[in-house]
Amino acid sequence: MGFWHSFRHGVHPPDLKALTAAIPIRRLPYPDEIVLPLRQHAGNPATPIVRVGDRVERGDTLARAEGHISAPVHASAAGRVTAIELWPHPDGTHAPAIRIAVERYSPQATRPRVIPEWEGLSHEELIAAVKDAGVVGLGGAAFPAHVKLAPPPEFPIDTLVVNGCECEPYLTTDHRTMVEYPERVQLGIRIMLKCLGAKRAVVGIERNKPDAVDAIRNTLPDDLDVSVLDLTVKYPQGAEKMLIKAVLGRDVPSGRLPMHVGVVVQNVASLATIAEVFETGLPLIERIVTVTGLGIARPANLLVPVGTKLRDLIEACGGMTADAREIVFGGPMMGMAQADLDVPITKGTTGVVVLSRAETRDQPSLPCIKCGHCLDACPVFLNPQHLGALALADRYAEMEQAHLMDCMLCGCCSYVCPSHIPLSQLFAASKARVRKLKVLAA
Amino acid sequence: MTIGAVLLSAGILGAVGLGFAILISIAHRRFYVFEDPRIDAVVGLLPGNNCGACGFPGCRGFGEALVEGNTTPAICTVMSPDAREDVASFLGVDVGSADQRVARLLCAGGRDVAVQEAEYVGLETCAAATAVASGGKGCTWGCLGLADCERSCDFGAITMNEVGLPVVEPALCTACGDCVEACPKDLFVLMPLAHQLLVQCRNLLDGDAATAVCNVACNGCRRCAADAAPNLIAIRDGLAIVDYDHYDLATPAAIGRCPTGAIVWISGAQFQEPARALQGAVS
Repeated sequence: MGFWHSFRHGVHPPDLKALTAAIPIRRLPYPDEIVLPLRQHAGNPATPIVRVGDRVERGDTLARAEGHISAPVHASAAGRVTAIELWPHPDGTHAPAIRIAVERYSPQATRPRVIPEWEGLSHEELIAAVKDAGVVGLGGAAFPAHVKLAPPPEFPIDTLVVNGCECEPYLTTDHRTMVEYPERVQLGIRIMLKCLGAKRAVVGIERNKPDAVDAIRNTLPDDLDVSVLDLTVKYPQGAEKMLIKAVLGRDVPSGRLPMHVGVVVQNVASLATIAEVFETGLPLIERIVTVTGLGIARPANLLVPVGTKLRDLIEACGGMTADAREIVFGGPMMGMAQADLDVPITKGTTGVVVLSRAETRDQPSLPCIKCGHCLDACPVFLNPQHLGALALADRYAEMEQAHLMDCMLCGCCSYVCPSHIPLSQLFAASKARVRKLKVLAA
Repeated sequence: MTIGAVLLSAGILGAVGLGFAILISIAHRRFYVFEDPRIDAVVGLLPGNNCGACGFPGCRGFGEALVEGNTTPAICTVMSPDAREDVASFLGVDVGSADQRVARLLCAGGRDVAVQEAEYVGLETCAAATAVASGGKGCTWGCLGLADCERSCDFGAITMNEVGLPVVEPALCTACGDCVEACPKDLFVLMPLAHQLLVQCRNLLDGDAATAVCNVACNGCRRCAADAAPNLIAIRDGLAIVDYDHYDLATPAAIGRCPTGAIVWISGAQFQEPARALQGAVS
């Protein structure tokens, strides 16, 4: 039991997962159009290898990875490429994307393919297979999975930490994955342990998901050192560094990665996807998305073809209620607000939260009263009230000295601020400004 | 405690003080750095804004460069012409000449012509709004109109007009670049006032996709490129780009057939005429 397994600071927002936690995953019907951005992952955007007018089958490669930290993009439905052009992207910009008109009466079968026996593959072949399948971290950051499978040899990995926390309120994507596909998660762990050469895996799951804890515990393998820790419910437990602290008690220093302390963290949905690659031979072309919030008529956990437009997803869930106010990709704490219903679901979209008027607040922000709640909340031990004052005074050099760049924008400080100061929004803007000043100075 | 102890301690302190005084006077002579006294005088004549528009680190840096003869008084855009004359006559140099440069906004998408996809509620700054779905404007490149540039300007040269676009007053603008830094959408450029041909758009969408989000967007139709001197205007990524290295070829003829009014021939401040918004597309 993990009563003492936790990290310092953090907040306890209401988890609000009951809307969808018990709803089984169902498949979304294929929409009429799919839009696949070339940048759905951390790193370089993919390079298109199809032309306008080409007919593609479900699972075909549309764009190849550009360099090591990149991932290919595959067709998530059979159809014809109608355009390769700028399209609204979930990050709020316009970005190049491949548009596919889906064949309405296609059986959506895939080309015959050889499914590799993963046990027979070498380390390099396993990594190549994962890379070719375009697998990225499905927890939100969309970091290419094959990079995590091959850490540099100077940093030996002893433990794989499996992230089943899903600490963001509302989301139940990972929860349903663990409940419905525990064997896939276990197979993913098995493959990843082999690649990393690690001896042990620990699955961290927050205690508000007892059925997921049971499902994973009941499928634990006999021949591997895999264990399950049920963790206290606290945000942001699913952040890599917080989870490592909670599970192993190790601190990852500022500016360093988990591999520097001998750990790799991977999310349960990503592990299930890696397993799926070797079960079906199909690349990452669909993912589980929680559509939830009081602003949506019928909340659901959906298996969605990547590239489905937000508009189609909302329609499939019965549309928005009259008092829907804001749409967020990801959870309400760190998610990205959306301005356009044409944005596509990407590989990194964990959920779509449609917030009603009752769930949003727009009180004006008041002066800081120096209460220090934000200091007690910040999981990376920054001083948000000081940083906030500096941000309002445009003092960016001093913000950098006060470790602005260590802020991961988790939103804990904004959440606890009694004066409703939008601290993490200020920090997001300040980080952009610091990066811009560096570019201007260069 | 006797009087002797008091005298001893006073004597030791005095001796130590004398020793250091001698050391300091030696160091003062040995490591003396000559500084041209004219520098202080010139810096006294400079405006003292430390705006950096001259490209030197503050007014003192500029003053040092002036005394060394590395620049001319005309480079300072903040001083009045009379003040420049004073500096020039003090140093016995020519005032020199510099093209007046101003900040120009590469967007004309005010509230009247640009589509707002979603309402932004929150902190009223462009930087904060940009962090939330780029501010909710249909054109994700466009000006948000929340006046970060107006607040950043130390010279009061920027005022927001009634449709939420910043108007730069050329007479007040010193081209210091503070607005360039402040704009999270990178819409400001510094350019010579004499450059009148300007594409007031950064939208990379093509054709109807561009005009669907903003009536005055450049849709990459190539008419300006055809009407201008060869190689003056290129179309890249659905946007007309003026080659300012060949600016001497520019004439107002280039803007005549623009269907959206994205390319303009400005005299003085921007946005003085109402947006032409999709006129003359046919005929």
